[in-house]
Amino acid sequence: MNMPLKKSDTAVALPAPAVSAKVLALGAPKRPPIGERLLAHASAVAVRVVPPLIVLTLTLVIWEMLCNRPGATLPPPSRVLKDTWELIVDPFFDRGGIDRGLFWHLSASLQRVALGYALAATAGVALGTLVGQSMWAMRGLDPIFQVLRTVPPLAWLPLSLAAFRDGQPSAIFVIFITAIWPIIINTAVGIRNIPQDYRNVAAVLRLNSFEFFFKIMVPAAAPYIFTGLRIGIGLSWLAIVAAEMLIGGVGIGFFIWDAWNSSHISEIILALIYVGIIGFILDRIVAAVATVITRGTAAN
Amino acid sequence: MSSYLRIDHLSKSFKRGSNETEVLHDVTLTIERGEYVSIIGHSGCGKSTLLNIVAGLLPTTTGGVLLENREVNEPGPDRAVVFQNHSLLPWLTVYDNVSIAVNKVFGARKSRAERHAWVMHNLELVQMGHARDKRPAEISGGMKQRVGLARALAMEPKVLLLDEPFGALDALTRAHLQDSVMAIHAKLGNTVLMITHDVDEAVLLSDRIVMMTNGPAARIGEVLDVPLARPRKRLSLAADPTYLKCRQRVLEFLYERHRFVEAA
Repeated sequence: MNMPLKKSDTAVALPAPAVSAKVLALGAPKRPPIGERLLAHASAVAVRVVPPLIVLTLTLVIWEMLCNRPGATLPPPSRVLKDTWELIVDPFFDRGGIDRGLFWHLSASLQRVALGYALAATAGVALGTLVGQSMWAMRGLDPIFQVLRTVPPLAWLPLSLAAFRDGQPSAIFVIFITAIWPIIINTAVGIRNIPQDYRNVAAVLRLNSFEFFFKIMVPAAAPYIFTGLRIGIGLSWLAIVAAEMLIGGVGIGFFIWDAWNSSHISEIILALIYVGIIGFILDRIVAAVATVITRGTAAN
Repeated sequence: MSSYLRIDHLSKSFKRGSNETEVLHDVTLTIERGEYVSIIGHSGCGKSTLLNIVAGLLPTTTGGVLLENREVNEPGPDRAVVFQNHSLLPWLTVYDNVSIAVNKVFGARKSRAERHAWVMHNLELVQMGHARDKRPAEISGGMKQRVGLARALAMEPKVLLLDEPFGALDALTRAHLQDSVMAIHAKLGNTVLMITHDVDEAVLLSDRIVMMTNGPAARIGEVLDVPLARPRKRLSLAADPTYLKCRQRVLEFLYERHRFVEAA
């Protein structure tokens, strides 16, 4: 029934546009895909970008209106921009001591976080594996972990200053002790939740403990481990600013404290924006590494 | 004495606190080389426990398991298991799930090219060569069981242990897989010990059917020989008197003499 209909359709359609169809046919298949693709792409970007832009603009407008009145305690965005323009355009200056551009402060903070977090990740995954694997390790260590993890990061600082007698290792220790708990706990849960089936497979194959660790345990627990690592990086970045306020020297935390002491409120606001953006980027980096390594299973 | 696989006066109890429950009581069973033996019984009668003991995944309480006159008390690739829920590693592809076993078992004996050929040979044997680069989440339940079977076959086990391998599949997929298993058994002559709760499956596939009484303290109630010639054809057997008689015997055992009292 359909076949004759189609045939007669094309038979009727062919003769008439045969001459002019060439131009149309060449133009038609090329243009719509590019145009449509661009349009689809643009609308996908717009859907994600436009709403936050609107909210941001509204916030800035309201902030400007509130803080532009006489007697306002905080500077409006226009003044923040004017006051900190030098810091924004030249983050790399270095006049010695703590009088440096924001790049140096941020990179000092990031170095501390990198070191403390790397230590926490290594020790956290190792301890988490121990607690997850061994019933006795769990019974012995878990109650202690549960108590210690509730101690606020800054409460460790005086103790670590007393132990290390130097600001730098103390700040790194605070990062370490802040980030390690979620890593330990999530790793332990991940290891404990490895299905018995996988253990049976490993047993039938007679995988040795080395092979079992790398071929079964790590991939099976990876989604949990990365959840812990992601919480850990967020907490590290939270803790570094507070710790640096107290230990002084170069670092974004001390930059904020120094700005407060010299009443440069605009500089504080600029620093907070940078802290927020870098914290966001750190979280995204760990999330991206997790997606690559666990092949997307961590996202679920 | 010189049976291929010998389960000898095996009893198994589980202890929980001061409570001790005997699951299996004095089970003795011998299996010859190339034989296909099914164990059938109601849920909870300890048939999976028995298979896990033969696999070496569980220790015995008394008695033991002998394979070629050697006692087995730990798991190993000579007794490969196809688990009920496939147990493929989800982060590995179909190919890698088989090659992890091949590399472990034949890593020292075969070259890289030989191992690759062996992985592909076993995947082709279960008709899964086309899906070698897929991950377990991307293939159907029946396909997963095929890959699980390929992984077990690739270990060249002395005894292939099947733990309700088709239990989680729909009837049509199950029939396809049963045919595949029959074809592979005919081709390779494996010794197979299969757990099942499906009477037709047991009669169709087995040389002998071991019927277990209800637990606790389950024993072997009866062993039935299935004297049907191979190769067996599902359709022609449906009206075969021997087939029907065997089926009748198993049904009588399960539903008259050892009715499952707790079954709702």
